[in-house]
Amino acid sequence: MAAPAQLTRQKQDVTAARLDALGPVPASGWSSAARSSALDRVVQQGLPHARDEYWKFTRPGGLTDAMAAPAALFRVEDTPIFDRIDRVRLVFVDGVFDAAASDDPELAGVRIDRLSQVAGADIHWAQGLYGVLEARGQSPVARPLAALNTAHATEGVLIHVTGKAQKPVSLVYERSSETADAILHHVIRIDAGAELTLLENGPAAARLNKVMEVDIADGAAFHHVRAQGRDHERQAATHIFARLGRESVFKSFTLTANGRLTRNECVIELTGDDAVAHVAGACVGDGDFLHDDTVFITHDAVNCESRQVFKKVLRNGATGVFQGKILVKKDAQKTDGYQISQSLLLDGDSQFLAKPELEIYADDVACSHGSTSGAIDEDALFYLRSRGVPEGTATDLLTLAFLAEAVQEIEDEALATEIVDRLEGWLERRRT
Amino acid sequence: MLKIENLQVKLEDEDKQILKGLDLEVEAGKVHAIMGPNGSGKSTLSYVLSGKGGYEVTGGSATLDGEDLLELEAEERAAAGLFLAFQYPVEIPGVGNMTFLRTALNAQRKARGEEEMSATDFLKFVREKAKALQIDAEMLKRPVNVGFSGGEKKRNEILQMAVLQPRMCILDETDSGLDVDAMKLVSDGVNALRDAGRGFLVITHYQRLLDHIKPDVVHIMADGRIVKTGGPELALEVETNGYADILAEAK
Repeated sequence: MAAPAQLTRQKQDVTAARLDALGPVPASGWSSAARSSALDRVVQQGLPHARDEYWKFTRPGGLTDAMAAPAALFRVEDTPIFDRIDRVRLVFVDGVFDAAASDDPELAGVRIDRLSQVAGADIHWAQGLYGVLEARGQSPVARPLAALNTAHATEGVLIHVTGKAQKPVSLVYERSSETADAILHHVIRIDAGAELTLLENGPAAARLNKVMEVDIADGAAFHHVRAQGRDHERQAATHIFARLGRESVFKSFTLTANGRLTRNECVIELTGDDAVAHVAGACVGDGDFLHDDTVFITHDAVNCESRQVFKKVLRNGATGVFQGKILVKKDAQKTDGYQISQSLLLDGDSQFLAKPELEIYADDVACSHGSTSGAIDEDALFYLRSRGVPEGTATDLLTLAFLAEAVQEIEDEALATEIVDRLEGWLERRRT
Repeated sequence: MLKIENLQVKLEDEDKQILKGLDLEVEAGKVHAIMGPNGSGKSTLSYVLSGKGGYEVTGGSATLDGEDLLELEAEERAAAGLFLAFQYPVEIPGVGNMTFLRTALNAQRKARGEEEMSATDFLKFVREKAKALQIDAEMLKRPVNVGFSGGEKKRNEILQMAVLQPRMCILDETDSGLDVDAMKLVSDGVNALRDAGRGFLVITHYQRLLDHIKPDVVHIMADGRIVKTGGPELALEVETNGYADILAEAK
């Protein structure tokens, strides 16, 4: 296939090198049409480049290189997160399913298939969604890494939820190789009135490209809590594409600590009236660290609510990026949109780059956005120290307090406690 | 107990001398009051003693039972037994009052090589102290000082004092912003802590507070120095005649 002439030579080369390294698109039954059209998108768009407007704060090189940069394995001394939560665990090591370490995927009202397992079939329910929501999310901004994922994904889960799941489905991503380059693609369909909580944790691979497409029918609910661990050298580009029906609920929270490069994109379409979408993130970055939250929420129905709450604590030269957009279409009256992104810079070397955007075509809407960067509150710090709390502990208390607003977005108390405990543990260990 | 000799302090960022050779000694078991007009350096004295940044000590010394306070970090001064009740207690959103109190107490205990208090013991201990100050469970759960009224904030300061049990307490205009009932409550809280081993330095503009917390010694401070020292009658004199006579006499 000829590369489009409007792409720069550099972009064509990067894209060709990456596609070459991946080899042919995996042969597959029901998903082949989606894969080949996704591959077309990649070639048309070209992979991201530092000069792209959408990547001006985050250098995409590590995510687009032909091969993944080796990432030293990180010894985790923590007890695994969500350990106290009764859940159905599915374990992937370097992007490969580990049946022995996983639970039986038996859960009333939930059918779970794995992409690799059903790839050869001619027909599968996921055919109507695989690459479909991703393709919808390519406009008005191109997301070529997601298209690349659709074309080349080798593994993932296909979850069809028909009732209220009694416990969360938990995807655990471990890694054992310094060079694994994993491409995971999940599809989740939640039928009308059904509910699912999905948990994700772990570094997954030296480099991870992950897409999750979530279709939430009328009156259905999807809760998502994710912890991207302290693994220093891994890199990740993740996308969530969600489509919300009438009176449906989507709530996603992500905790990120360290990781050299993380780009989390979340693309949400509110297509049914009275739907609610909340996206939140808490991030703790130290040193050679870049964390990018890029969110795009489209209001295309009446009386919907969307909320973005992102908090980042940065030190020792860490960089935080936030690009958040709320697009309110002409007929999306009574939209209630809220967006806040804040950073706490613990020293002068760290930086926070934010680009909040509103684009509104309806006339009866309430949208607000705010973005701040600040140092630690010296008065509060002195107050704590004057009571005998050492400076490090006092800074941690104020750090946790700063992140609390994002963590509070998690509806389930037990899951919120897991996140807070993890944060406390990380902060305490860093101090000693 | 607290011994300040010829203390000289200027602002770190400005060429402005605030304390100009201050001498003061507070003995264990005694309550000393400092009164003085605005701008005399009273609050600066309390901040410098407790270790707040932004000041530079250019001369003199301050010791607590012989230990050089000025060499210590703020948290070390607290662990050594110094406590400042703030004129304007700081609001800390997101940090629960109980978490704050427990973290502070256990940090001090740890610094002194004592065992940390268990969560259960601590809860019992705080509830008892809070009850006397009419601080309810709700206030203990809320974030530190957030949404507290002026009176609640000051009661919370005294609660911290009661929980941390410092040897040397400095009260910086604790009466400001208090109504009569709140002042009584706060004063009762302070008086309950008076004992032979504990010293108090009460900074105030008004004699009114000293009706409730009876001082042993009253100092008048002006222009960065103690200009007159006397008994409780000195406070009454200020209340009646103002500072003019005393300041004129000092000159």
